[in-house]
Amino acid sequence: MVADTVAPTVATRPQRPRSRSWLRLVVLLAIVAVVLYPLFWMIGTSVKSQEEIVNNIGLLPRNFTPGNYTDGWTNFDVSFARFFLNSAMVSLLTLVGNAVSCLLAAYAFARLRFRLRGLWFAVMIGTLLLPGHVLIVPQYILFRTLGLVGGEWPYLPLLIPQFLATEAFFVFLMVQFMRGIPRELDEAARIDGANAFGIFRHVILPLSRPALVTTAIFSFIWTWNDFFRQLVFLSELSDYTVPVALTLFIDSTSQSAVGPMFAMAVLSLLPVFLFFVAFQRMLVEGINTSGLKG
Amino acid sequence: MALTTAPDPTRRGTGSVRPDANRRGTGRIRHGEGLAGYVFLSPWLIGLMGITAIPMLLSLYLSFTNYDILTPWSEVEWVGLANYERMFTSDTSWWHSVRVTLSFALIAVPLKLAAALGVALLLNRAWRGVGLFRGLFYLPSLLGGSVALAIVWVNMFNRDGAFNSFLALFGIQGKPWVNDPDWALETLMVLAIWQFGAPMVIFLAGLKQVPTELYEAAAVDGAGKFRQFVNVTLPMLSPVIFFNLVLETINGFQGFTAAFVLSNGTGGPVDSTLMYTLNLYITGFTNLEMGYASAMAWVFLIAIAIITVIFFSTGRFWVHYSDGEDR
Repeated sequence: MVADTVAPTVATRPQRPRSRSWLRLVVLLAIVAVVLYPLFWMIGTSVKSQEEIVNNIGLLPRNFTPGNYTDGWTNFDVSFARFFLNSAMVSLLTLVGNAVSCLLAAYAFARLRFRLRGLWFAVMIGTLLLPGHVLIVPQYILFRTLGLVGGEWPYLPLLIPQFLATEAFFVFLMVQFMRGIPRELDEAARIDGANAFGIFRHVILPLSRPALVTTAIFSFIWTWNDFFRQLVFLSELSDYTVPVALTLFIDSTSQSAVGPMFAMAVLSLLPVFLFFVAFQRMLVEGINTSGLKG
Repeated sequence: MALTTAPDPTRRGTGSVRPDANRRGTGRIRHGEGLAGYVFLSPWLIGLMGITAIPMLLSLYLSFTNYDILTPWSEVEWVGLANYERMFTSDTSWWHSVRVTLSFALIAVPLKLAAALGVALLLNRAWRGVGLFRGLFYLPSLLGGSVALAIVWVNMFNRDGAFNSFLALFGIQGKPWVNDPDWALETLMVLAIWQFGAPMVIFLAGLKQVPTELYEAAAVDGAGKFRQFVNVTLPMLSPVIFFNLVLETINGFQGFTAAFVLSNGTGGPVDSTLMYTLNLYITGFTNLEMGYASAMAWVFLIAIAIITVIFFSTGRFWVHYSDGEDR
């Protein structure tokens, strides 16, 4: 790095890195242990018998008890298969809604010129910091007035906002991305006779794939983990998503359900974990970009 | 970074020789483009009106009424400022929730950011394995907000939990931390700090932007590692610190899931985990006092706005933007 020998600190450098980097590695490994411990403990507990959950302080069970998984799966009147299907459906539809509606809005903001664009853009930025909890009461009242809460298909209050680009974060992320697409491509398409829709279809849409993938991944994970809105809008047991169903374990005061509860907790995190393994680089870089450019 | 193809907000009016420079300068809207703009924007506009603006106005109106979901609209009574008066003067649990939320944010956020910056500094060198560590540290940020992890956390800090087993190794007798009003909120703070990965990733990106020449120059001037950190790293990183601080503080104020799980939706033990949003939920959806809950929501919104303004106006004094960065 620094090749000069001007200052003594610089001169002694070649000696240091080895011991330093060993020290750093040890510290980092210690942090990894602390960070990962709760996850391993969760997995270990999910296969311990009730007796061991109280007495065995180790990570590994003495008696491997996979029965927790089958017990947990059918612990309530409705099986967890239903809860997982509900969660998957809500998360996937949210993903689609966010990807489509935010892409359309982002294209308008990033590329098209129309009256009041500056104003609307400022409003969009303003909604970035708007806490969702503030709107939950009136939204509940409105959706209930429309007969959508606990209606035919109780997921509409969860999904409608997602199809109307209300996640300003994704709109902003895509606007930033589209601003990086060279305008010369638009011009070339325009010369070939494309209008705003043609440019969207043939230039912006295909080139926005990375931003769409980032949006899709975060959209899925956040909705999968989301609890607040699902808690508010879902009231029938058979409509419950996984997070809401998991809280039922807390209600049941009997200690016997701890193992099954942990088993279902592990399963509920599995999709997020798989997403993490598959898209690790994209996730880290996605948050990075959106973060720094925010 | 896949997505950081530098956005160029200065494109307009820079006097460039692009073919479209003239059109851009005049600000005239190409025929048909204005309509297309609104076509593409329409889902967002409908959402803005129906999901955000109208509910906001509705909640402002409700905050001056005694509305609960059960009485018909015709019997809703206008109560003036009574809800706000009750909140500020007689509702002790509201004040309590404000205290809980503030102490959560004031303690957990700085510690989380310190952890994030510390680990980022450890990782800020190109060497094999950085990617692995970065990914592992980021994992809790993806999982930590879930009900599942909150359940794990509550059990980990319970009487027979892993934390007490750990203390037992040193001969310390633990207690059921999550049932102790003096400690329950602290366990939630630890959960928040455990998720230091997301701000860490942003710090790492910021550290990469610091020119190495600055460190070399500082070293030549005889500055040790600590002086380099204080005089080079911190000022150069201040925009990123600022960004993380604003984001994490606002997120911190909104903590709900873990507090709900720990207390089974009550804010207990003895209101010690009654975060503001949890109090709002209980008021609106358990007690069905939706008018009062709307007033609470508006106070929350205004408080967040004030805090954001304070951040941005004090930021001028300590956030350093190096030349060439527009903001």
